[in-house]
Amino acid sequence: MLEIRNISKTYPNGVQALSNVSLNIQKGEFVSIIGLSGAGKSTLLRSINKMIEMTEGDILFQGKSIREAKGKELRLIRRDIGMIFQSFNLVKRSRVITNVLCGRIAYHSPFVTFFGLYPKEDKQIAFEALDRVNILEKAYNRADELSGGQMQRVAIARSLAQEPILLLADEPVASLDPLTTIQVMDDLKRINRELGLTMLVNLHHVDLALKYSTRIIGLQAGKLVFDGHAKDVNDEVLKEIYGRELTSSEVLGEVEDAPSS
Amino acid sequence: MRPPHKFSRDIPEKPSDIKRNLSIVLFFALIYAAGKFTRFNFSDLIEGMSEGGGFIKELFFPPDWAYMKRLIEPMKETIQISIVGTFFGSIVAIPFAILSARNFLRMPILTGIVRNFLGLFRTIPALVFAALFASVFGFGSFPGMMALIVFTAGLVAKLGFEAIESIDHGPVEALESSGATKLSILRFAIIPQILPQYLSFVLYSFEINIRASAVLGYVGAGGIANYYNRTLSYLQYARAGSIVLLTFVVVMALDLVSSRIRERLL
Repeated sequence: MLEIRNISKTYPNGVQALSNVSLNIQKGEFVSIIGLSGAGKSTLLRSINKMIEMTEGDILFQGKSIREAKGKELRLIRRDIGMIFQSFNLVKRSRVITNVLCGRIAYHSPFVTFFGLYPKEDKQIAFEALDRVNILEKAYNRADELSGGQMQRVAIARSLAQEPILLLADEPVASLDPLTTIQVMDDLKRINRELGLTMLVNLHHVDLALKYSTRIIGLQAGKLVFDGHAKDVNDEVLKEIYGRELTSSEVLGEVEDAPSS
Repeated sequence: MRPPHKFSRDIPEKPSDIKRNLSIVLFFALIYAAGKFTRFNFSDLIEGMSEGGGFIKELFFPPDWAYMKRLIEPMKETIQISIVGTFFGSIVAIPFAILSARNFLRMPILTGIVRNFLGLFRTIPALVFAALFASVFGFGSFPGMMALIVFTAGLVAKLGFEAIESIDHGPVEALESSGATKLSILRFAIIPQILPQYLSFVLYSFEINIRASAVLGYVGAGGIANYYNRTLSYLQYARAGSIVLLTFVVVMALDLVSSRIRERLL
């Protein structure tokens, strides 16, 4: 469903973030991208929904060229690709349900949604999305009343409301404590299983990547240096990706199984 | 007694104070030159103050209560001018604020043009606009309203685009990545973030406008200040004093209410 063909990205300041990266992602995969800070993980993820424009190569999403897409065509592609972020990116002053309904915007004319007039069905979809991440009871709370973990779940619900076929997660747990990290990763895994939603996740913690993913992508200085099953990741592979032994900050460590809440 | 300390290296030399000292000298030299230029002297000031005391007594003791009743209508007009001016000016400000914000449309040339245009307008005081419009549209409250609309639009647009530029960019990114249009991003990511600030700017400009509109009449642009001209040219100081007193009380009261609401908003 996603074909990344020889893409490179050089920023205007001359930094080459990606060089000649190629990948194929199949439907239903849970793929983690690992690598040092600055290895190009974010750039790779953001090239897929054209939040960053690649300088060479192309990406095909369901056969459609991302590089060529613009205007309405690009917006329709983006609608099918959900994204969650390290800093959650919720409108903190708005209610949870308002934030989740934002995922429905691209389905309607901007003049309809301008006045907040969503069809009944959309509200149903939004409530279902909140229920799926176990946070339905907070629907009418203001987003800034929530904890970090709850905010990330609302952000997941917002992207689910898009009814996407691919979910991009850029360091989704980097600003969460270890316990909430496990809860959010469990949510992502469950959504992957229940909905068959394809996941592409940037992760800083190697052990999380190994635990949750079916497939690992290793980036080193913008180059793809590993692409394979999680169980094939050994010390040698890690040394190639990281250029050294892992530091303690790259390993989350043992966390007691989180109570499901 | 503290034990003697043996330094392992030289204590660094104290940097030169010459820049600071020169600045201080320059500062006082400028004040002196300004005083010289405007022929300021203290004996005039003291003389003027003692004369002023008598004048103030003539103005306010006792106030002309009967005359004050006749001032209620023009005072209402003054308040109306500032409400209408603030309201429409704040609405006109919205598109200008949006066009001037560097982080929204990302059209640097257009943004530059609109910003310079706004800057030009902000250098012109409301009273000058009022005089200008009074000569174009004729005397009355209409030129006063027009002047305040232009002035408010300039002020609120400036504060507004600064507010837009200081928002959290995260929600904008999130909505963009979900396929939302610019209009939807404005509506759902930007407006909710700046709305309380915008309302506070509107009230703030209302506070400025109520003071501005209290003198607009002086150039024929409607409201209470029209009566300064009339009373002062007939040397009716008690009446002029009543105008000052009434203006003071009304401006203070509205100012107080408005700033209380603003505190609640933020």
